[in-house]
Amino acid sequence: MVQNYRLDKIGLVNREKKLSFKFNGKKYFGYEGDTLASALIANGVHLVGRSFKYHRPRGFFGAGVDEPYAIVQLYRNGETEPNVRATEQELFEGLEAKSVNCWPSVNFDIGAINNFLNIFLPAGFYYKTFMWPRSFWYRIYEPFIRKAAGFGVASKEHDKERYEHKYEYCDLLIAGSGPSGLASAYAAAKNGARVILAEDKPRFGGSLLTSDVSINNQSGKEWADNIITELKGMTNVTVKNRAQIFGYYDHNMLVMSERVTDHLPKSEEFTPKQRLWYIRAKQVVISSGSIERPIVFGNNDTPGVVLASAAKEYMKVYGVLVGKKPIVFTNNDSAYETAIEFKKNNINPIVLDSRQDSNSEIVKEAKSLGIDIKFSHVVVAAKGYKKVKSCDIAEISEDKQNLNQIKNIECDCICVSGFWTPTIHLASQSGGKTKFKEEIDAFVPDKSKQKEVTLGSANGVFTLEETLKTSFDKGFELSKEITNNNNSQQIPKVSEKKHSKHDKFWCVPLPKGKKYKRFLDFQNDVAVSDIELAIREGYRSIEHVKRYTTLGMATDQGKTSNLNGLQLVSNIENKVVPAVGHTTFRPPYTPISIGAIVGREIGKHSKPTRKSPMHNWHEKNNAVFVDAGVWLRPRYYKRGNEGLFEASKREAENVRKNVGVCDVTTLGKIDVKGPDAAEFLNRVYTNAWLKLPVGKARYGVMLREDGIVMDDGTTTRISENHYHMTTTTAQAANVLSHLEYYLQLVWPELDVNVVSTTEQWAGAAIAGPKSRDLLQKLFPDTDVSNEGLPFMGFVEADLFGVNARIFRISFSGELAYEVNVESDNGNFMWEKIIEIGKDFDLQPYGTEALSTLRIEMGHVAGSELDGRTIPYDTGLDGLVSKKKDFIGKRSLLKKAYNEKDRQRLVGVVPLDKKTSIPEGSHLVKDPKGKLPNPKLGHISASCWSVEHNNPFSLAILKDGKNMIGSKLYAMSPLKNKTIAVEIVSSHYVDPKGERVRS
Amino acid sequence: MLYIKCPHCGLRSQNEFAYGGDASVKRPELNKEISDQEWDEFVYLRKSPRGKHLELWHHVSGCRQWIKVLRDTSTHEIFNTYKSEEKVG
Ligand SMILES: [Zn+2]
Repeated sequence: MVQNYRLDKIGLVNREKKLSFKFNGKKYFGYEGDTLASALIANGVHLVGRSFKYHRPRGFFGAGVDEPYAIVQLYRNGETEPNVRATEQELFEGLEAKSVNCWPSVNFDIGAINNFLNIFLPAGFYYKTFMWPRSFWYRIYEPFIRKAAGFGVASKEHDKERYEHKYEYCDLLIAGSGPSGLASAYAAAKNGARVILAEDKPRFGGSLLTSDVSINNQSGKEWADNIITELKGMTNVTVKNRAQIFGYYDHNMLVMSERVTDHLPKSEEFTPKQRLWYIRAKQVVISSGSIERPIVFGNNDTPGVVLASAAKEYMKVYGVLVGKKPIVFTNNDSAYETAIEFKKNNINPIVLDSRQDSNSEIVKEAKSLGIDIKFSHVVVAAKGYKKVKSCDIAEISEDKQNLNQIKNIECDCICVSGFWTPTIHLASQSGGKTKFKEEIDAFVPDKSKQKEVTLGSANGVFTLEETLKTSFDKGFELSKEITNNNNSQQIPKVSEKKHSKHDKFWCVPLPKGKKYKRFLDFQNDVAVSDIELAIREGYRSIEHVKRYTTLGMATDQGKTSNLNGLQLVSNIENKVVPAVGHTTFRPPYTPISIGAIVGREIGKHSKPTRKSPMHNWHEKNNAVFVDAGVWLRPRYYKRGNEGLFEASKREAENVRKNVGVCDVTTLGKIDVKGPDAAEFLNRVYTNAWLKLPVGKARYGVMLREDGIVMDDGTTTRISENHYHMTTTTAQAANVLSHLEYYLQLVWPELDVNVVSTTEQWAGAAIAGPKSRDLLQKLFPDTDVSNEGLPFMGFVEADLFGVNARIFRISFSGELAYEVNVESDNGNFMWEKIIEIGKDFDLQPYGTEALSTLRIEMGHVAGSELDGRTIPYDTGLDGLVSKKKDFIGKRSLLKKAYNEKDRQRLVGVVPLDKKTSIPEGSHLVKDPKGKLPNPKLGHISASCWSVEHNNPFSLAILKDGKNMIGSKLYAMSPLKNKTIAVEIVSSHYVDPKGERVRS
Repeated sequence: MLYIKCPHCGLRSQNEFAYGGDASVKRPELNKEISDQEWDEFVYLRKSPRGKHLELWHHVSGCRQWIKVLRDTSTHEIFNTYKSEEKVG
């Protein structure tokens, strides 16, 4: 197929490399260096989508990040991506894209009926219509809106691509590689500063790529190329293209999204698709340029209406014509460059200039080239549905109120220029103020809040000479402050055409009797009439007008629409624009993919995985793992066809009957050392610690200051000034921070040091009636008899040449020991226990059996110590000292904590002795009670009691102390269960605790 | 993301720190009889000023020291940072 709109001799695309691609199923060709937009325009394709609300035909409006229309669904390497701007997507071999917002096809779209019924979709339509009745929302309104609206569809598949994050530090971060960016980067880099220069487009140079200027007798592009080449060769400079700085955060942290391989058919292995850079910069130069703004006229959204600067860029960068019968409609000189470029390529444009006259250099040049220029003329309305076919033009009166001599002329594109809007998004995001600059009818950055400066046209400076001068100076000055070097560069000589003043004209009045839609926001279909309506309805604040009409709320964030919207509001309100103010700019400047934000932190990389030294053994022995915080712990060891229930029951039964071993490495461990360690523990724990002898362990409970139980565990006095504290797996980190808080801030006079030793020790709990026999074989030289190593005793011992610590402590309620060795010896210890344990019918047990054992013993754990319970609630009040003070004690005097019917831990057994009670079930008196049915308590943990062979649960129950023996109902609306239960003691097994002491 | 100068380690990004609240709160002394109101004020009541605020940060992924940071809560400007034992103002 011939590219009918491709020019032969102009542009920067590589004509040696032809690329084929598909759009809406049809095959086309373009060249390497094209964007999807330029390649489609080269092929004469202008209809790319439908608008959001009225489903009007949409073409191309810009040539870059400001594009409001040309949003496509992209298909690449088996993946699909919505919301891709065709003006930014570079062409690659085999690219496929489809239109969005249209069904069944872009040419025949049923939703376009909205266009003819548009009286029903004025501003605030959704607010007014979809409010009542509330029950309609989920079933009727929302599905309707979702089907009719939205850009593209998100893939339901897992994203196979790789995304990365990177942290970087620099002296100067420079956003944008136009003249101001290049000049400041060069001056700073040459003065020794560490510079990062970011350009969102594939090509460096910004406006220099298309403007007709010369710098040091080179063309703008040649000068830019030379500077970039030199910068790339410097070790203190990082130069990145396809990199958008989209967010300016606190303390000069900026985030940049680098599209690493989006321009390729697929990413190479281990190469990310996109990379997110978190950059901390000492100084930031915002050289983000400016965006041309439209002039508003009738049907100004018709495909073929484009920004004049975009038309020029399509010619000069891509060698592509947006049309062959162009109208250039302008209120300023810059659009003449577009007209001249057309003329140079043998196309005859007609220029309509709203100004009465201009005699600037560039207008004279246009005249001398024979270009047809009509001053005091405007486009009234574009004609044509899917593409501009003609337009009505008119002479406009001096006061810009009246149109005369309306006539229709043929054309196939309208290149519009309403002057330039500085891109102040980053400067505004940084927290800096903005000010309205009368000469350019736009806002520019005012005082900086952070360490940043805005240069060039982003700062409202539109001459190259001044831009280069200030940028060279600023780059030097900022770098000097940082590096103390003094190498300044000579500012190059510039030749450029002088421009005359622009016309403050931005909106063409409607001719009498015409109701053309005049759009402000092209992506969200917000027209002049919508804003007028909003103001008639009483909306005044620009923030409210924005939300009511959705002006500037689309994915382009109003890059081309904001200022015209403000002009309109200020006109109607008879205020000046600065009094109306602008809406807040928030990051991201341009949409960022979720993948880039998430980076590598997906799936199992979303958090670290910690494994015990015995992990491989567990794996080899059919352990089924469970996440315990960041740890992986064996939940049970599967034998044959066993499931969770059978396996954990077998393991727990074996502990009660013989002996089991459980990996308890994950328990938090903290070394507490120093002469004041005992005093410190005495303040941290609720019970007494001053008299614990060396070689003894004690169970302790610690509270928060508000009296809520924080954690529990045993702490052992290893030597005079050395304690070994254990915490629960989940609270280990919090407890350490808690201890550090009190030592560093509250009681700095205590001579104590704490350090985490969780990873230094591997732990194995050996539990069951045969555990002592097993222990004796493991430690033949150590006296582990009841007298030699009594309950809560501690001894250091030798495990076949390896140093070990033996603690006689029990979580299972059986005779039990915990053996610790240095982590590196963990596997050795474990295998020895397994090997020697064979003679005692030892089985390893996982967390599920561990839970069963502790639940039926009535030992509390995380599900009872849930951040809402005090010692009394969990049956730990016996451990609360009345004599000494400790953290949280004063709170225990609270009235509510001492009510007679205060909640308390109980046991729960189903009356049928068969039905397991779902955890989280509520306990109620009357299962048929009126809603809300008063909740008396909740089931905190459930198990199958291996001792009694029936279900057993723990519950926190109101007045639990006096409820033993009563009959209640456990209700679980989630599982749709109502179970009749009896309340029993929480100590369901061995209530006197004889086994642990046996 | 804030850039906090740990007095022990130097400038580090906020994600190395945990926030610890108002640094001017003083825990009542142990074993001292105090009223319910005094205790409740210590446990629950915190000012939430707009502007200068002396606050605690814990350098959890660094030196593990609790430090004091004088920060403007509305602009995020950090005026100074102090070691835990330093007296401020
Ligand atoms: Zn530190």
